[in-house]
Amino acid sequence: MQFFLEVLIGGLLSGVMYSFVALGFVLIYKASGVFNFAQGAMVFAAALTFVGFQELGAPFWLALLLAFAVMVVLGVLTERIVLRPLVNQPPITLFMATIGLTYVIEGLAQGTWGATVRGLELGIQDEPVQWLMEATDIGVSKFDLFGAGIAALLVTLLALFFQYTRVGRALRAVADDHQAALSIGIPLQTIWRIVWAVAGFVALVAGLIWGARNGVSFSLTFTALKALPVLILGGFTSIPGAIVGGLIIGSTEKLAEVYLGQYVGGGIDSWFPYVMALAFLLIRPEGLFGEKHIDRV
Amino acid sequence: MTTTVHHAAPDARYLSVNNIEVIYDHVILVLKGVSLEVPKGKIVALLGANGAGKSTTLKAISNLLRAERGDVTKGNVDFKGARVDQMTPNDLVKRGVIQVMEGRHCFAHLSLEENLLTGAYTRGISRTELKQSLEKVYHYFPRLKQRRMTQAGYTSGGEQQMCAIGRALMAKPEMILLDEPSMGLAPQIVEEIFEIVRDLNSSEQVSFLLAEQNTMVALRYADFGYILENGRVVMEGEAKELASNEDVKEFYLGLSSAGRKSFRDVKHYRRRKRWLS
Repeated sequence: MQFFLEVLIGGLLSGVMYSFVALGFVLIYKASGVFNFAQGAMVFAAALTFVGFQELGAPFWLALLLAFAVMVVLGVLTERIVLRPLVNQPPITLFMATIGLTYVIEGLAQGTWGATVRGLELGIQDEPVQWLMEATDIGVSKFDLFGAGIAALLVTLLALFFQYTRVGRALRAVADDHQAALSIGIPLQTIWRIVWAVAGFVALVAGLIWGARNGVSFSLTFTALKALPVLILGGFTSIPGAIVGGLIIGSTEKLAEVYLGQYVGGGIDSWFPYVMALAFLLIRPEGLFGEKHIDRV
Repeated sequence: MTTTVHHAAPDARYLSVNNIEVIYDHVILVLKGVSLEVPKGKIVALLGANGAGKSTTLKAISNLLRAERGDVTKGNVDFKGARVDQMTPNDLVKRGVIQVMEGRHCFAHLSLEENLLTGAYTRGISRTELKQSLEKVYHYFPRLKQRRMTQAGYTSGGEQQMCAIGRALMAKPEMILLDEPSMGLAPQIVEEIFEIVRDLNSSEQVSFLLAEQNTMVALRYADFGYILENGRVVMEGEAKELASNEDVKEFYLGLSSAGRKSFRDVKHYRRRKRWLS
């Protein structure tokens, strides 16, 4: 039982890490209906930029601020150079554009900061929490707990922003109906710029946490692929969905690896989430929390 | 602000559309020189059949054309003495001209109240002011207040139309471009909505330019009317004159000088040749 709990908790907490990346996708999809394939590259670029500034001698907070500024500029430029000329094009065109964007961002980031693998230090150890270990004999990583805390904070902030602020409401309005939003005077371009900036911020947070865990290397871009099953499970348009989806994916992949893996030769955690996503698509294609398409008949 | 309103004076121009030509996708000529005037504080109806160019005219004024790859290639639109045809919809809404689009276009996943709140986006006002504006809209549309927490996508067509008009009101407009408000609504609801339009016109001094296929109702509530056909204004005049004009009666109201035509008198066209036999 203890072992089960330890695996479950470990899985849930690693699931939170997937949620971080999924959140970035949800934000942009929600507000502009674009599936931003470049989100993984943004995570990578953000982490690399942060480490790069640190190497130049910037202290933690300054590096964080500078990296954030770079991500905002990147977001604004993306809106200006890539999205604005493609307004009114079908979603698949925009999707293809973001695939291209992926390579541009990766190239720019590596060209600027170099392609070597680097460590990222947040000052939190990846070790079990002592008192919990003594009391219950279950090992829970401090680092994972820290990540979960950040995720909770981020999601609360985003939820409040979307629900109760003028800009947040406008974002949801734009997501629902571009044209109507335009007709009541909501400036689409400003809204898109804000969304990309926020997505850049989320990418930065995800990049820091993933980077601290696995090191900052090109492979960070592939974490984005793990966000796909999370999105399918949670729904592309729901922020809580991204979190719950992440928790489910994280925990089931670890449990599956431990309890089922031995029968099929192990290593199933790399593909198990996709099987789940596939099954889910058949049952509930809009995801657990996704917005149902409302149609009047 | 002085209260002496010079409306009806022919030289006091308010909204004027001067000989505009609209081309979609660089090839499709939709408006072939349309001119019209909306005096301050009046309701003007833009009538005509499907595809006559009513919606296009409204979108040319509100600058929503560009989002549909349409372009005003000739002519200009003036509002209160300033040229507005090259402005963004955002600037235009700030100046007081707002469009209520055909087919309502409420934000389906937002509640009715949130829909209304988005309408005040351009004003950037405090919470208390927002509350006041909201109450004002609820005063005109008590039905929206009852259902304020319902997602707009789940409300009836009439409620959605009210929501769309209410949302526009939240921007505190001087002039509303109302596109096909009667579309798909029961006659009773249509009547209710037009009553509210008249009410807003007289007590809030909002001017209206409304595009309608329902000629009968529109002419009853409007002060002035234009009839569009194939992208041109073919007739204009006081609403009362238009309503009693023989041609209008014949073509748009289904009445002829011989009274209502019976279906029995209509000759049936029979196909002589059967394609499959």
